[in-house]
Amino acid sequence: MTTPLLDVRDLRVSFPVRQAGAMPWTRPRHLHAVGGVSFTLQPGETLGVVGESGCGKSTLARALIGLVPATGRAEWQGGADLIGLSARQMMAYRSQIQMIFQDPLASLDPRMTVGQIIAEPLVTHQPALPRSQVRDRVKAIMDRVGLLPSQINRYPHEFSGGQCQRIGIARALIVEPRLIICDEPVSALDVSIQAQVINLLMRLQADLGLSLIFIAHDLSVVRHISDRVMVLYLGKVMEIAPARDLYADPQHPYTQALLSAVPVPDPAHDPAATVVPLKGDLPSPMDPPSGCVFRTRCPRAAPRCAAEVPVLAGDRHQTACHFPGPFTPQEIVRARATEAA
Amino acid sequence: MALLDIRDLSVRFHTHDAEVHAVNDVSLTVQPGETLGIVGESGSGKSQLAFAVMGLLARNGRAFGSVRLDGQEILNAPPKVINRVRAEKIAMIFQDPMTSLNPYMRVSDQMAEVLVLHKGLSKRAAVAESVRMLDAVRIPDAKGRVRLYPHEFSGGMRQRVMIAMALLCRPKLLIADEPTTALDVTVQAQIMTLLADLQRDLGMAMMLITHDLGVVAGSCSRVAVMYGGRIRELGPVGPVFADPAHPYTQGLLSAIPRIDTDEGELAVIPGQPPDMSRPPQGCAFRPRCAYCRDDCDNRPPLASFAPDRWRACFAPLAELRAGTESRP
Repeated sequence: MTTPLLDVRDLRVSFPVRQAGAMPWTRPRHLHAVGGVSFTLQPGETLGVVGESGCGKSTLARALIGLVPATGRAEWQGGADLIGLSARQMMAYRSQIQMIFQDPLASLDPRMTVGQIIAEPLVTHQPALPRSQVRDRVKAIMDRVGLLPSQINRYPHEFSGGQCQRIGIARALIVEPRLIICDEPVSALDVSIQAQVINLLMRLQADLGLSLIFIAHDLSVVRHISDRVMVLYLGKVMEIAPARDLYADPQHPYTQALLSAVPVPDPAHDPAATVVPLKGDLPSPMDPPSGCVFRTRCPRAAPRCAAEVPVLAGDRHQTACHFPGPFTPQEIVRARATEAA
Repeated sequence: MALLDIRDLSVRFHTHDAEVHAVNDVSLTVQPGETLGIVGESGSGKSQLAFAVMGLLARNGRAFGSVRLDGQEILNAPPKVINRVRAEKIAMIFQDPMTSLNPYMRVSDQMAEVLVLHKGLSKRAAVAESVRMLDAVRIPDAKGRVRLYPHEFSGGMRQRVMIAMALLCRPKLLIADEPTTALDVTVQAQIMTLLADLQRDLGMAMMLITHDLGVVAGSCSRVAVMYGGRIRELGPVGPVFADPAHPYTQGLLSAIPRIDTDEGELAVIPGQPPDMSRPPQGCAFRPRCAYCRDDCDNRPPLASFAPDRWRACFAPLAELRAGTESRP
C-alpha cells in the first residue's frame, strides 16, 4: 500500500459554550462537534463525507485546514502533523490543501475582479512571481475550468452561480494543491448546472491526480463522485467503506436509514415501501448519548449500546456498531409502527 | 370540474432595468384530491406562479389571465375576496419555516390567530383546535409545546408547525413551495409521508413545487415541467419519467446522479438558463437544446400529443426517443 496523503487519527473539535443567562465565572460547557474521527486518504482518491446537518462534516473540514482549533493527529505525507501548527507553519501546507465553499457568490470578494480573486492565493504563496506570469497562469486556469479568459476583469456579480463556483475552483487550483476540500460545492446549484460542476471536478481530479475530500448532504452526488464514503453522525464515524460497497450493502443502521430516505427519480419506486423512518430528533451535541451516539434513534438499540462505545471495526468496510448488518423485514415493520404512533 | 383552473397566466415584474417576464401563458388544472408537481430550476417561474395564485406577488409584480378556484375567479381579486378564499379553500407552505413563522409570537398565538380571524373562534377554542392539529402532524407532546416559540423547535418540527397552521382551516388545496428543500433527507422523508397521509385524510389537493425530481416521482400523480416561465411538458408522472417528450425534461432526468445506479460521466445540459428580463424570441430552451431546428425561431405551443400528455416542442417525438435510447 502506498503511504497515505493524509492520515487522520482521533481528530476532535469542541467549542466552549456558555449557556444563556449563566454567570460569567461559571465554567463553559463543551459542544463536541467532532468526537474522535480517524481516516486515511490516498493520493488521487476522493473521500466522500456525508451526514445530516450538525453531524460535524464542515467542522471536520475546517479543522483540517486549521480554521478551528482541534486535537488529535492529522499526518501529512512526509510526517508533519497539521494539527496545532502555528499560522506561519501552516502557510507551507496551505498551498497544498485548498478549499471550495458552498455558497459560490458569498465566498468571492465582490470588490475584486475575477483575475484578482483567482490570483490571490498565487500572489500570497509565491510573492516573487512577476505579474505577467501571474496573469498568464490565471488565464490558463480560467480556460481549464471553463471560463473565458477574456472575462478576467469582470466582477463576481456578473457571473451566474455555476460560473462563480468555477471561479472558486480556479482559485483553489492555481497553487497546484494536492488536496482540495470541497464543502457542499454543488448544493446551491441547479440540477443542470450541478452536473456541469461535478463533471468538471471529476475531470480535473483525473487529469491532475488530486485528492478530494467531498462533503455533501446529497447522497446521490456523493455516490457518483467518491471512491470511498464516510458516514458521520453527531461527530462520530458510523461507517466508512468503498462507495460501491457502502451503497450496495450498508451495514450500520444509520447508513441504512439514511440511504432509504433518499428520493429516487423513478415513479415505479415506492418510497412508502422502502423508507426506514428514524424516531425522534438529533440529540443535542452538548449532551450526546452515552455509548453509541446513534442509539436513541436506532431501531436495533440494546442495553449494550448505552454502556459501551462501539469501535470502528473491519478491514476495508468499517462499521462502528455492536450489531451491524442489514435490517430484517420485521425490524422495518417495527420502525414504521413506532413512527406512525 | 377542476378544483383549480389556471388559464393563460402571465406574471411580469417591473424593475429598474427591465420588465421581467417571470411566468408566460401558463394554463393548468388541479383536480380535487390530486397532487400536481411543478418542477423547474431557479428562475423558471414556478414559485411566482404559486404566489400569483395566492395573491402574494411582490408590489412590482402584475398578473394577467385567469385563475378560477371552484369556479370563482380569484386572480387579482380584492383583498376582501381573496382573504375569504384563503380562509376557506387554499393554503400555502413555504421553504424556510424559520423565516415564515413569526419569531416573536408563541406558536399557540400565531396558530390561534388564524382561527380567530378566519373562523371567528374564541381564543380558547382556537388554541384547543391548534393543539389537535399539532397532534395530527405528529408533534410529540403538542399540548406542552404549543406554548413554545418557533426557535425552540428543530427544523423538521418547525416545518410540521407550518403545515399544521396551513391546515387549520381545512383547505381544499394546499400549495407547498419547496417544503423539504431546507431539511435533511431523513426529515424530508418524514415530512413527505406526513403530507401524503394528511392529504388522504383531509381529501385535499396539493400543488407541490420543487426542483427535486426524486420528490416528484415519490409523491405526485401528474407533473408540469417549467422552463423560462413556460410549461414545457405536462403529464402523468409515470409516462413523463419513462418517456420524456421534451428535450429539457430529458436533459434534467439524465443530469441527476442517482442513488440506485452507477454511471459514468453525467449528461450535461450545456449553457445557462435564459435571462427573463430579455426573454428570447422563439423557444427559450433553444440555445441549450440538442434537437433544435429552424422552426424553433417560433415559439412552440403546448400541444397534446397523446391522451393526457402535453409538450411544447417542434422536434419529432421519434427523434427524441432515439436520443433517449442511444444514451448509455
